This record gives sequence, C-alpha cells and structure tokens, in this order.
Amino acid sequence: MKPKLAVVKMTGCAGCQMEVLRIEDKLLDLTGAVEIAYFYMATSANRHGPYDIVLVEGSVSTPRELRELKELRDGAKLLIALGDCACSGCLPSIVNWVPPEESAKVYERFLEIHSRKESFQRVSPLSAHVRVDLELRGCPPNRDAILEALKGALLGIRPFLREHPVCVECKLKENACLLVCEGRPCMGPVTAAGCGAACPSNGRVCEGCYGPMSDANASSLAEIFARRCGLSQEDIVRKFRKYAGLMPAFSKEAGGKI
Amino acid sequence: MSEVMEIRVDYVARVEGQAEILVKVVGDRVEEAKLAVFEPPRFFEAFMVGRKCGEAHEIASRICGICHVPHQVAALEAVEDGLGIEPDEQTRALRKLLNYANHISSHALSVYFLSVPDYFGKPDVISMASEHPDLVRNAIRLKKVGDDITERFGGRAIHPVTLVVNGFTRIPTKADLEWAKKELLNVKGFAMEGVDFIAGLDVPDFERKCEHIALSQPDQYAINEGRLISTEGLDIPPREYRDHIEETHTDYSWTKRSIVRGRDSFLVGPLARVNLNFDRLSDDAKEAARRSGFKPPVFNPFMAVLARAIELVNAIDDSVSIIENLKLDKGPVREDSFEVKAGEGFAIVEAPRGILYHNYAFDARGIMQKADVVTPTAHNSRNIERDLEALAPKLRDLSPEEAVLMCEMLVRAYDPCISCSVHLLNAK
Repeated sequence: MKPKLAVVKMTGCAGCQMEVLRIEDKLLDLTGAVEIAYFYMATSANRHGPYDIVLVEGSVSTPRELRELKELRDGAKLLIALGDCACSGCLPSIVNWVPPEESAKVYERFLEIHSRKESFQRVSPLSAHVRVDLELRGCPPNRDAILEALKGALLGIRPFLREHPVCVECKLKENACLLVCEGRPCMGPVTAAGCGAACPSNGRVCEGCYGPMSDANASSLAEIFARRCGLSQEDIVRKFRKYAGLMPAFSKEAGGKI
Repeated sequence: MSEVMEIRVDYVARVEGQAEILVKVVGDRVEEAKLAVFEPPRFFEAFMVGRKCGEAHEIASRICGICHVPHQVAALEAVEDGLGIEPDEQTRALRKLLNYANHISSHALSVYFLSVPDYFGKPDVISMASEHPDLVRNAIRLKKVGDDITERFGGRAIHPVTLVVNGFTRIPTKADLEWAKKELLNVKGFAMEGVDFIAGLDVPDFERKCEHIALSQPDQYAINEGRLISTEGLDIPPREYRDHIEETHTDYSWTKRSIVRGRDSFLVGPLARVNLNFDRLSDDAKEAARRSGFKPPVFNPFMAVLARAIELVNAIDDSVSIIENLKLDKGPVREDSFEVKAGEGFAIVEAPRGILYHNYAFDARGIMQKADVVTPTAHNSRNIERDLEALAPKLRDLSPEEAVLMCEMLVRAYDPCISCSVHLLNAK
C-alpha cells in the first residue's frame, strides 16, 4: 500500500504549498509513489487521518490548530515542518513582541469575534508543542529541498539539507561579499543555506529567511553590524527579529525572550 | 411546516485558506448565507508598525503566497508616494511585467487546477490527467511560464527579492527578455484555445447585478496604476479610497467586509476588470472574448472563470509588448539607496483576484507609524454572501450534493485568498 501523504495548512500565507505545487511534472510522478490523502488547497477528495507523512505549513496560533497538530503527530510516522512559519514563526512572529491589547486593536470588535473564534495572538513553531522529525526552512523552502525530503521519507534515509551558511553558496557563485567588500549589513554569515544565495546573487543583502545555520555566531555579526555597517541597536534588533527571532540562536540579538 | 434546506461545508476545498459555507433556507426565506473564515488572523498591520518603510514590501509579500508580487508592488508604490519618489518608466514597466507573470500563474492555477475539475465531476486536476492529458500538461506549462518569469526576473518564484524602493537590485539582460518573450509566445496558442474551452463549459445560469470596481487607465490595461472606477460611477484616485469604501465586522468571521459608503457590497477581480476595461484588452484577447460570447457588462459571478481565461491572453500579449519596448537603460539600485523622510502614501494595485489597497505613514527616520492594507478577498467577502443569498432559493430544486457543489463553485469562481483576507487592518 502506498504511504498516505497529507499537506496541512495552519497559520501562514500558502506560499509553501504553492512551492509544493511547483514540483509540477514531478508531482504527477509522485502520485505513483504516495497517495495524496489530504491537500485541501489542491483537491476536494480529502480523507480522514491518520497519515504516514505529514507536511505542515504555518505556525500554531489558535487552540484549534494546537489540537489538530497533536492529532496529526499521534498518527504520523513522519511529521515535517514545511517552511519558516512552521519552523520558526517567520515574519508573523514579530507580533509576539506586540502587546496583545495592541494587536487586538486591528479589529474594532475583537472580543466578540474572539469569543467564537479564539486566537492566541501569538505564533509558535510546531516544535514548541510536538516532536518534529524534519524542518524544511526558508520562506518558502526551495522545491528541490521538498522533493529531497519526500524522497528521503520514501526511501527511509535522512535527506541532505544544508546547515552551512549562505556564504558558502555565495562563494560558489563567485559573488563579491557585500559585507566585507561593501560594508552592507548582510545576514548571510549566520543564515542557513538552501536558497542558492538568492538575495546576494541579485545584488541585495541576505535578510535571513532560512533562519540560523548550525552554530551561528549571532553576537559577533551583531557587533560587526554596529561597528562596520553603522547600524543602531534598534536596527540590529529589527534584523534579528524578523524571520527567526524566536529561535534560541537569535533570541538575544532579537531583543531577548518574550 | 415549511421545508428547511441547510448547507454546511465545514472546510471549502480548492481555495486558498480556511473557510466554511453556511446556508439555510426555510420555506421561501433565506435565513442564513455566510462565508465564515476560521483562518487565523496574523495581525500584519500591528507588527508592521515600528518596522522600516524600506522593508514594507518584503513583509507585505508574506500576507499572501499566491499574490506576493501585487502585495510587493502596492507596498512599494505606497511607500514611494509617501517619500515623494516617482519611479522611472523602466521600473514601472518591469513591475507591470512581474505583476502580469503573477496573474498568469495565479489565473492558470485558479482556472485549470481549482475551477475546471468541478465541470468534469473530478476532485482535482491530477485525477483529470488520465482522460485529459493535453489539457493538464498545457495548464501546468502555462502556470510554469508565470512562475519562471518571476523567478528569472525576481530572483525567486515565490516572494521574489529584486523589487525594492525606486527600482530593482538586478536588471534583466537582453537574453532574459528574449527568453521570456519566447516562453510567453509558446503558451499563447493554449491561452487562446483556453478561452474557447472555458466558453464551452456549462456555466450555471445565474445573474445578480452589483457594483463592479477596478483600476482603470485611459491608454492601457490597468493593473499597477490608475484611478479606481466602478459600474456605478465611482471615479477616484487611490488616496481617496477610505472616503468611499468602508469596512464592517461580523462576529463569525476573521475577514472584514467592505461596502461602498451609502451603497452596498461590490465585486472586484477579473470580471470587474474585463467589464470596465474591455476596450483596453489586447486585440487577440478582445477577439477571443467576442468569439466566446462575452458581452460586457456581465453580471454572472460564475463567468469570472471565463474572464480569467480572457485575461490570460491579454497578460501574455501585454507582457510581450512591454518586453519589446524595454530599453534597459537604467541600472540596478541598492535596497537602501533612497532618502528617508516623514510622509504618508497610498496605492492600489490589481492582484489576480482584485484590487488591493495599501497605505503607510512613517516618521522622519522612515519608521512606520501606521499600516492599512485591504485585500481583494476582504473586498469580495460580503459580495460572495450576497450572491449566496440570491442563489440559495434556486438550490432547493437540486440534490443535496449538487446544491453543495453549486455553493462551492460560486466561492471558487471568486478565487478567494483567505490568508490574505485575515492579515488584518488599521493599526494606529
């Protein structure tokens, strides 16, 4: 029997699911190897769980999602966090530093809606609640990494995911270093590779959307940002409190734990 | 006792995001017709306050993983408006090219992956592949051209990176332009056939006259710039938007709902654009539309699928003409190469599913003090319910399965983007 695959959306923008759809021609091949049992954005033939392989896009921001996540985890052989929101909270995690009474102001009648549809007004990565077998980082993660993860899942081997910094990919592309040569505040030295150095190769600094590399030295880069690039303390906090401010490797530079 | 008909779809499939449909008819009376969004809110406008105006577009992009380009363009235009920057022609042309690429990709997805399976009694496009291999292969190709142009010109297919305030960090080469033109012309034939194919589908016979609103420019098909006009005589610049459009709340949905002040809900998106700007479509798009029997104004919301097919032809033609006229005489800019000052700016851009409003105010250091974003699906959400209300009495003659399908097809015809619609509003 083919393993059952579920693609589930929690609090996110659907960009990661769009990247799954970008596997396109190979998606048709994939249906020969797995049964797509749950993928609401793509099909109306959705089955009840449990599922063998679960890809979760989005962070956890409501009690309903938390219940759903625990249920998925219980039934899954492999739970994969798909993209930054699921791995680190991504940009919407900036809201965690906004007092709830402030964020509630965006709805004039917040409490009325909230009484029927609860929200934590905070986001958290999947790993804050359940065991996660694999994290596919990036906003969005590259489709090759998604395919690599699915192949690994089917073959029962650990997929090859990059934990070295963006700098390695930049050097392989023979880009001039924006930080060293131009003194621009590039997050590349502390950011995990996988994007193919998308931003520096296109003339702009890395914004850190793949989150911290393994063993990232955030405090050293923050010091270089201040000394070499002339960034204010506030600007440095904004740099680290962006895609992965909740991750332990960045939390001090992002302004401390909330 | 009156006969009761109830429809409950607890999670609408083949749309982006999480929403339910609730319809209840007792006798002749429609008691309930709701599109209730349970997609969680993300409070973008709250956490954008305190960020720098130069990153507004990068953050706004994450409101939507499907219409990221129009979100970026709208945020950039609004910030530039506030800074008093007028981008040059090349920048505006490249932004239009990228927004068209987004429309091509999104429309191909909406028409062939999300809407068409309903007309063939299939749950998804993959299960159509064995009986209609060419159609599925061509639909994938069409979507891919949009994604590939975004990737090559924008540096990434989803959430592209080269768009910045007052320009691009990388300017495409002549070879990039030649490649893009070839790719576009390769799918032109299928886009043309697509109009005939969609026109041949058995579209539900339903009409409800309502106000249609779209951007409009006198000399071109408007998607990035122009005035906001409507079938009821609205004609305003983007900065007057809030004087005319207001938002209301309900307690059952995280999506806000728009109405025209003193009037009613309204429709935005491909149908409104084609209705209001028909004579500015490309010649081939007009010809294909005429052949399909599309006579503007069309007030059947199910016909939005046909309007998308017509716009696919127009997007390809207009993109090719942009490419042919690009001189590429302006170089790249850095992400921070602009002067910061206090200001407030406004912009309206056409996302694939309709108008998108962005407004930001920032202080002398460029730190944002206010962010206000209204998305196409927030604009359409009340109108979808008004359509459901009008449709509901007609559903009683159908089997329960057919009635549910009809409601879902209506929602899919709007191609709603639920994540967008709950990004949130008006933090000051």
